[in-house]
Amino acid sequence: MIEINSQLPILLIAIPLFAAPVCVLLGGRWLTYLLSLVVCVTTFAISVALMQEAVKYGPIHYEIGNWKPPYGIEYVVDALSGFVMMFVSALAAIVLLYGKPSIDAEIPRSKHYLFYASYLLCMTGLLGMCITGDLFNVFVFLEISSLSSYALISLGRTRRAPLAALQYLILGTIGATFFLIGIGLLYQMTGTLNMTDIANRLDTETGPRTLLVALGFMTVGLFVKMAVFPLHSWLPNAYTYAPSVVTAFVAATATKVSVYAFIRLVFGIFKPEFAFEQMPLGTLIIVLSLVGIFIASTAAIFQDDVKRLLAYSSIAQIGYMLLGIGMATTNSLTAGIVHMFNHALIKGALFMVVGCFVLRLGSSRLSDWRGAAKTMPLTSLAWAIGGLGLIGVPMTAGFISKWLLLTGAFETNNQAVAGLMLVSSLLAVLYVWRVVETLYFSEELAPMVEDATEAPVWMLIPMYGVVLAILVFGVWTDCSAGLAADAAEFLLPSDVAAAASSANAGGAP
Amino acid sequence: MTVEQVLGLYNYWIVIFLMMTGFYIVIARNNLVKTVIGLNIFQISVILLYVTIGKVSGGTAPIVPPALVSHGHAEVAHSDHGHDEHHAADHSDESHDHGEDDHGEDDHGYGSHEAHGSHKGEGSHDDHHDSVVGDSHESATHDDGHAGDVKATDVVYSNPLPSVLMLTAIVVGIATTALALALIVRIREDYGTIEEDEILELDRAA
Repeated sequence: MIEINSQLPILLIAIPLFAAPVCVLLGGRWLTYLLSLVVCVTTFAISVALMQEAVKYGPIHYEIGNWKPPYGIEYVVDALSGFVMMFVSALAAIVLLYGKPSIDAEIPRSKHYLFYASYLLCMTGLLGMCITGDLFNVFVFLEISSLSSYALISLGRTRRAPLAALQYLILGTIGATFFLIGIGLLYQMTGTLNMTDIANRLDTETGPRTLLVALGFMTVGLFVKMAVFPLHSWLPNAYTYAPSVVTAFVAATATKVSVYAFIRLVFGIFKPEFAFEQMPLGTLIIVLSLVGIFIASTAAIFQDDVKRLLAYSSIAQIGYMLLGIGMATTNSLTAGIVHMFNHALIKGALFMVVGCFVLRLGSSRLSDWRGAAKTMPLTSLAWAIGGLGLIGVPMTAGFISKWLLLTGAFETNNQAVAGLMLVSSLLAVLYVWRVVETLYFSEELAPMVEDATEAPVWMLIPMYGVVLAILVFGVWTDCSAGLAADAAEFLLPSDVAAAASSANAGGAP
Repeated sequence: MTVEQVLGLYNYWIVIFLMMTGFYIVIARNNLVKTVIGLNIFQISVILLYVTIGKVSGGTAPIVPPALVSHGHAEVAHSDHGHDEHHAADHSDESHDHGEDDHGEDDHGYGSHEAHGSHKGEGSHDDHHDSVVGDSHESATHDDGHAGDVKATDVVYSNPLPSVLMLTAIVVGIATTALALALIVRIREDYGTIEEDEILELDRAA
């Protein structure tokens, strides 16, 4: 008799992976919807159970098919991967719970079962990237999630959606292939694919130049998937033309998981001493993310389409996460990790708001939203709260990550970085305010707004669940910053960080 | 670098040439189908890179020759030992290597076989150092010099693992290509063209 508890890590992947083809076989709209919803909720429950166990008893190692690592593939749930899996599966479940009316309105009915199948596959890929301890497996799961997200994006209503998906496909494939080259070079040097094993065998002190090439290829590959400036060009179109539900899900999770993979790569495999002391990776990341934050935030201010506005804002927010990684202190890494979670909540909530407006007003253009606060007050309020979180106002989740980032910046004596971060928050105020102003203070109403009604209550409840979470995690941080701090301490123990940051401070701007 | 060394790395030059060709096509071509072709060439260069990594000079397909099958167990355990020594020579961190090999011997039939594979992987690591593909074979067999039975060490296998990884990568590549072509069909239905600049022009006009 196999104990079910010991099999949870594989079930987390296997259940959604097998549910996807079942969706295709079943067909129909309600049946597949309910099945996907049940699967997403189950997945979330499993990830919570795993996380609890990992926090209590330390990292869980699961050997697939009882093949001992480093020969077999190993699944690892530790503080970091458990944390990321938890919020990815949570958002997948909530977005699906929220999205039924939006899915009905935006996606052709004949394609619904295929949509649910791709949705589950996408979630499988994202969770798989988190849980696996095998480097090649990361690539495979990366491609599973990417391919299904290309398909999801192409389901958009306009004819531009397939083109946006194709552009993403081309850039995404180049990124993934770069990552694959890096894996090949690492394998060539170590003869193993298990991450821990590679980390033990890599000779970062006197290693050959291949090491640099591998780090370079993998960094660029993941930067494409993360949409780091200047490799972000696929993201605005993809987010704008995808169906609202897809945008809410992909924007909340996909880029974060790539950030997670990058953290694993830099701190788990290459070790911070190599990446930040021998290599100027820290300086590179800090400069790129600051430039990205400013350019993308400025671009966001001038967008007329709210989806595109939020897409540019996402590029800027990725910059904050990378800033935390780049400064490489335990506090700043905590900030980077917790911002993955906070930003997933905030962007998820805001894109859900956009989904509600698109459902009722038929458009995501800002000019069609004039005065919508009069007819859709609850949805507009959700935007206002989510917007405050995005800016980083105290008592919201966004503040926690910015506060930790500032702490990290002062620790490394990067006063300039701290100052620039504060200024960049003002840019966020501008683009959030533009929408708030249009919603609340427009003299005349847009034609569609006059006879619009409030979004259906079954969309509002899950949406407000996420909005409340933004407020709750702005005050009660045990489950966000607390877990993130554990994860950061695990990856970058404070004493190591102190040494790294002293070396880093000199080179940083 | 002498001329022989440069020529000795010819497969890497082919990889780089293919990679850059593919990359250039992706960037420079407006025709969407041609972009996808470029993407394929780009991916194929990586497959060639992996096959290069796995190849051990003079190595055969990793199938145990019939003559050796009768000795079976003893040979395998022996080759595991060679792996250990090779490691100790390669890395200064001996204690770590020992721990690992003990672990390898715990589950014999499979563990030791794979150890052989990863041993070859180490071989190509040496390749890299010496910048001459194929030197590794000699250095690897030297380590096993004290062996009583010469037969087992006489057979050199190529590392099968990179080829297996590439099977997966090929499948991923096919899926990507299929999806890309499907998207292009839809784009063509909607716009009536597959030239990217014309499509953007149509979008601007709309």
